[in-house]
Amino acid sequence: MIRLRIVKRQEPLGWQSSFIILAAIVLSLCLSAVLLGLRGTPPIAGIVALFKGAFGSGYALEDSLVKAIPIFLCSLGVAIAFRLQIWNIGAEGQFALGAIGATWVALSFPNWPWYILQPAMVAMAVLAGSAWGLIPAVLRQRLRTNEIIVTLMMNYIAILFLDYLVYGIWKDPKSFGFPVTPEFSPQAIVGKIGASNVNWGLVHCLVLGVAVWILFRYTRVGFEIKAGGDSVRAAKYAGLPYDRLVMLVMALSGGLAGWAGFLEASATINRLQPSIMVGYGYTAIVVAWLARLNPLSIGIAAFLLAGLRVGVENLQLDLQVPAAFGNIVEGLVLLGVLAAGLFSYYRLVVEKKNDH
Amino acid sequence: MTIEVLIPLLAATVQSGTPILYATLGEIITEKSGVLNLGVEGVMIIGALTGFLVARVTGNPYLAFVAAGLAGTLLAFLHGIVCLWFQGNQVVSGLALTILGTGLANYLGTSFVGQSTPGFHPVSIPLLSKIPFLGAVFFNQDPLVYFTYILPALIGLFLYSSRWGLGLRAAGEYPAAATAGGLNVVTYRWAGILIGGFFMGLGGAYLSLAYTHIWTNNITGGRGWIAVALVIFAFWRPGRAMFGAYLFGGIMALQLHMQAAGTTLSSSLLLMLPYALTIIVLALSSWRQGASEAPAALGINIEPGD
Repeated sequence: MIRLRIVKRQEPLGWQSSFIILAAIVLSLCLSAVLLGLRGTPPIAGIVALFKGAFGSGYALEDSLVKAIPIFLCSLGVAIAFRLQIWNIGAEGQFALGAIGATWVALSFPNWPWYILQPAMVAMAVLAGSAWGLIPAVLRQRLRTNEIIVTLMMNYIAILFLDYLVYGIWKDPKSFGFPVTPEFSPQAIVGKIGASNVNWGLVHCLVLGVAVWILFRYTRVGFEIKAGGDSVRAAKYAGLPYDRLVMLVMALSGGLAGWAGFLEASATINRLQPSIMVGYGYTAIVVAWLARLNPLSIGIAAFLLAGLRVGVENLQLDLQVPAAFGNIVEGLVLLGVLAAGLFSYYRLVVEKKNDH
Repeated sequence: MTIEVLIPLLAATVQSGTPILYATLGEIITEKSGVLNLGVEGVMIIGALTGFLVARVTGNPYLAFVAAGLAGTLLAFLHGIVCLWFQGNQVVSGLALTILGTGLANYLGTSFVGQSTPGFHPVSIPLLSKIPFLGAVFFNQDPLVYFTYILPALIGLFLYSSRWGLGLRAAGEYPAAATAGGLNVVTYRWAGILIGGFFMGLGGAYLSLAYTHIWTNNITGGRGWIAVALVIFAFWRPGRAMFGAYLFGGIMALQLHMQAAGTTLSSSLLLMLPYALTIIVLALSSWRQGASEAPAALGINIEPGD
């Protein structure tokens, strides 16, 4: 009789695990194709339309890149927190607060020159995002509340607060009743790179991505975060300032999501409106996990999942597939990658055994 | 507040609390076995859609209700595969389940948005419904509400007075010792995940079959997450879960009542109430050392060969 057994590897897999992740993604896409068929969409044509829509033309690639910007920044943020095993599910809300902070500056001081106005918007966005991230951190430290639930509840509250502002005091009187703020002044808008549709936020991403990479690679704090994440007890025993690290990662995490909110409001939408909230903060979690919290991989994964969003928009237009299809693919890919993680640490052994 | 306002408000409190109660009880069972399932929101919404569709097709709400529970079990099964077979991270797997579940329900439910289904309606219980005040609040409800009056006690009996319940709790408290004692911990965790998923699915079905009879996108609206918080508030005890669920039912009913009464407060601010209350309740119960009541091995996978 042949039996399968799993045995722990001596060393976890390195780069080879990318193949396992790829296999998990392919498997998840196959399952998603089956679901397309379930609602009467031809599966193969659907997957083709998905890829064409995402990466099939210069315009599509640009669109994917534009959407990758906020996803990348949010994901970079949650990855910092995840490194310390702090489960910040609140990028969505921190992003909202960032957009709100930036909008407040843009609407209050529209005539400042861009080189003062835009840094002020960034500062306010980062401050607001960080503050929103620090609330769950403080509650966790003081009262030992579970940060997963608090960050999540604060997402709902942040989105409703954004609604409150744009339906109320910030509503553009000339908007014919639509819940939007007035358009930002030109000085408040982050422009596009050359003749492309991609905004300068891409450069912000590069700089911040490298900064986070340096943080973990070369700084003491980065090392402490990693050590604290590997074992809380050991870190405390070794005298690491664990409580302060929690505050720090939540502030950084929220700040990066806030920065993403600034870019989305300023560069992409040019104002604040409810449709700014499309779930980038949740996609960011999927991305961070796909990329195993590594900044460079986060860049690649952010681009892929941004492509998925653009592709699904194409599916919607071409084949009337509901937008929620994108969530299905995200969920399946994440489950697949989680399960596939086993093979990085264990291997399957086939044993031939006599049953006599 | 006059009695004419108070009675419907309290009756609505019970109704709003019921779906959260089902889901909270489900999560308690799962967590007691040592598995954290953060996918409640996703499991609930799959239950809601299944209940809606089965009732629409068969016209039998009871069948629809059970089918919704089974659909919940099926989605929770994925969590078991990832966490029990593949040792995946329980937190992230739960999130994935929520993303997948809400995606699936919104995707498959698209063509039914705004459409209605036959479901449950209030049935007054003879005699009991005649009790002044209490009768109108508690005994003029639909059958699914009546079921929750005994369910926490049944689950309590199962967990604390049956051999199976003992094994399940052992799998969550001291899996290594339980294994040494000859229990198959993984089997008990499977039971925790699948039974828990069943009740989460029932909670979702309450939303589409009794609370409203209409399908809407994102019908659960964060109730699954509130249930996760309520488990902590309830110190993992089924009886306290009932109290917590009605607390939230109350705030939801009050919020609807204020909207209907035409308050000057913005509806966005009113809608924040349940979420803000979740944080407050969680902070209070954690402060009162609730976290130390969690099953000791909650969220920790059983490595193969252990």
